Amino acid sequence: MAAAAPAGKLAENLLHFARVLRAAGVPVGPAQVADALVAVQLIGVERRDDWYAALAALFLTRHEQRPLFDQAFHVFWRAPDLLGQAQRLLLPQITGRLPRPRELSPRLAQAFAPSGLEQPRVGAPAEQQEFDAVLEFSARERLQSRDFEQMTPDEWAVARRYAGRLALPLRPVLTRRWRPGEPGAVDMRQTLRASLRCGGEPVLLRRRRQVRRTPPLVALCDISGSMHRYTRVLLHFLHALGQQQKLSVFLFGTRLSNITRCLRARDVDDAMRAVSRAVPDWSGGTRIGPCLEQFNRVWARRMLTQRAAVLLVTDGLDRAEPGVLQAAMQHLRLASRQILWLNPLLRYEGFEPKAAGIRVMLPLVDRHLPAHNLDSLAQLAQVLRGA
Amino acid sequence: MSDATGMPDLPGTVDAVQAALAGTGYIAPRNLATTIFLALRMGRPLFLEGEAGVGKTEVGKALASVLGRRLIRLQCYEGLDISAAAYEWNYARQMLEIRLAEATRAAPTLDNHALSAHLYSETFLLKRPLLQALEADLAGPPILLIDELDRADEPFEAFLLEILSDFQLTIPEYGTIRAAEPPVVVLTSNRTREIHDAIKRRCLYHWVDYPSAARELEILQSKVPDAPAALSRQVVAFVQRLRGADLFKSPGVAETIDWTRALTTLDSLVLDPDTIDATLGALLKYQDDLLRVQGQVAADMLRDIQAGLAQAAPGAVS
Repeated sequence: MAAAAPAGKLAENLLHFARVLRAAGVPVGPAQVADALVAVQLIGVERRDDWYAALAALFLTRHEQRPLFDQAFHVFWRAPDLLGQAQRLLLPQITGRLPRPRELSPRLAQAFAPSGLEQPRVGAPAEQQEFDAVLEFSARERLQSRDFEQMTPDEWAVARRYAGRLALPLRPVLTRRWRPGEPGAVDMRQTLRASLRCGGEPVLLRRRRQVRRTPPLVALCDISGSMHRYTRVLLHFLHALGQQQKLSVFLFGTRLSNITRCLRARDVDDAMRAVSRAVPDWSGGTRIGPCLEQFNRVWARRMLTQRAAVLLVTDGLDRAEPGVLQAAMQHLRLASRQILWLNPLLRYEGFEPKAAGIRVMLPLVDRHLPAHNLDSLAQLAQVLRGA
Repeated sequence: MSDATGMPDLPGTVDAVQAALAGTGYIAPRNLATTIFLALRMGRPLFLEGEAGVGKTEVGKALASVLGRRLIRLQCYEGLDISAAAYEWNYARQMLEIRLAEATRAAPTLDNHALSAHLYSETFLLKRPLLQALEADLAGPPILLIDELDRADEPFEAFLLEILSDFQLTIPEYGTIRAAEPPVVVLTSNRTREIHDAIKRRCLYHWVDYPSAARELEILQSKVPDAPAALSRQVVAFVQRLRGADLFKSPGVAETIDWTRALTTLDSLVLDPDTIDATLGALLKYQDDLLRVQGQVAADMLRDIQAGLAQAAPGAVS
């Protein structure tokens, strides 16, 4: 190819750019860099917006990555002295020369400064930031980080023992996948293949049946002050559950946080550490309605497909007006397959729901699991089995 | 790397792509045209993600008409499997063939090996969209539109990986079928769930956004040419405003076009509050959203828009 000579420099710069993106948390592999080199030679360097579109098409795999990419692109590929600028940016002293440093994502600033310390990776992805815009309750909400103590060896043994028994009362769903099995419908393909052994006589009828599986589960877990004493055991429970089935976990108090990725760590202590870093509103107030509404708006369409069930863990003590909660709950009910409500407040059989939030929510859930004491996994397992 | 001389009918520049798409009535923004240009030249699948009704599927159709190729569409759904997406053996014919072989030959001892080779030949293969897309076509490799991939389940995604990276398909009884020339693949997703990164890596990714007001007007004029100009302008301004409002589902371009058609059918020359209330169902599909906008809110929006348009072009709006 004729452009071989300039490609040398270009390749180097693309590589640098990819490295900056990678450091900022956008996973860019070597194959994509090689493709980008081909792409930019096809596009040419006349138009900056084409250049941007080409690199975005190759390097991005999610819409959420775009703001970060946008910043990185405009800092890195600054006209007119493209190459020189780019290389200078990679020198350590460049931190002071970044344009509008306040608006740069901290992760990106870190990525541009190669001497920067390796910061502990915050498990929560960038989507979390949008919830910071909820301001009305900031006066009342208590932002605090929370250190979960490490799990004691005793607890760990108990958790392992009960993890297998922590089966939620979820109805399995029929999928449209098939596997060999009796009794079932005749599997034509396998029957014909088997018949060839007998000279074309379908002597053996092979059968197949539909696969059943537990539906994916979305857990929405209240972490407000009134739920404080259950949080620890619930998180352990959710971690154990996540090892068994497809599970997405959201925590809410005054804000909604998606901690699914944090819980994916195999080691429970690692997972708890990641969760405590990612969530800003431990043991504060409760805004169940607005948080559920937020979930409906931002996440429900992505999370509640494939007939997902919802596990709602809350005491139902809501501070916001009940109208919001009512609307949000109705929406959630329509969008999900089944709602299980795990409520540590409902202690007795003939419990009279007095709080407004509870009265609103009770008729809208499918199963209601009153758990009068959730202090240990053992008791939780008992509740779930009895349900 | 693909050789440019091998595909003489591909547009040579980004501008050419944009112009050709515009010729078929698809008004593409510059960044989308760039991504399409690259996908064509690099022989890579195009992954389009975005809200419902922003024109993702239309890209596939427009490409087919620009390039004069066959469009093969695979609509995804949960449980979509190989027999519906790629191939299936024609069991009825196979069984008939076995009976025929028995009847024509006097000896009951059939040569099992020859029979099975014969039964699993191309004659008995039912070709579904993915397999069809790998076949040579006189007009050139076809356009394979894999629509709403997010509706399929994860096992199907994994199955797609082989096709998307090597453009080949393995049938255990038959062998591996490889495309002589790779098809142009367009995948779309409404993002009701995240598609696995492994798929996206093999593609050029593009997020299709809602169009700007100017572009939406252009689209409207191309799709509903008999709508009065003043009405189109008001419709676009109204829809753009709705997208800024706090709605559960913002209206897409498809809804804008539907609504304009509805208004044109009713012989409206300009928007008025009563007509808006009566036809809002073409635009908003959730009861909550309808209740929120209908009545006073819509009337207020309309008044603002009329004031804004009158200011922009004095005398253009009654």
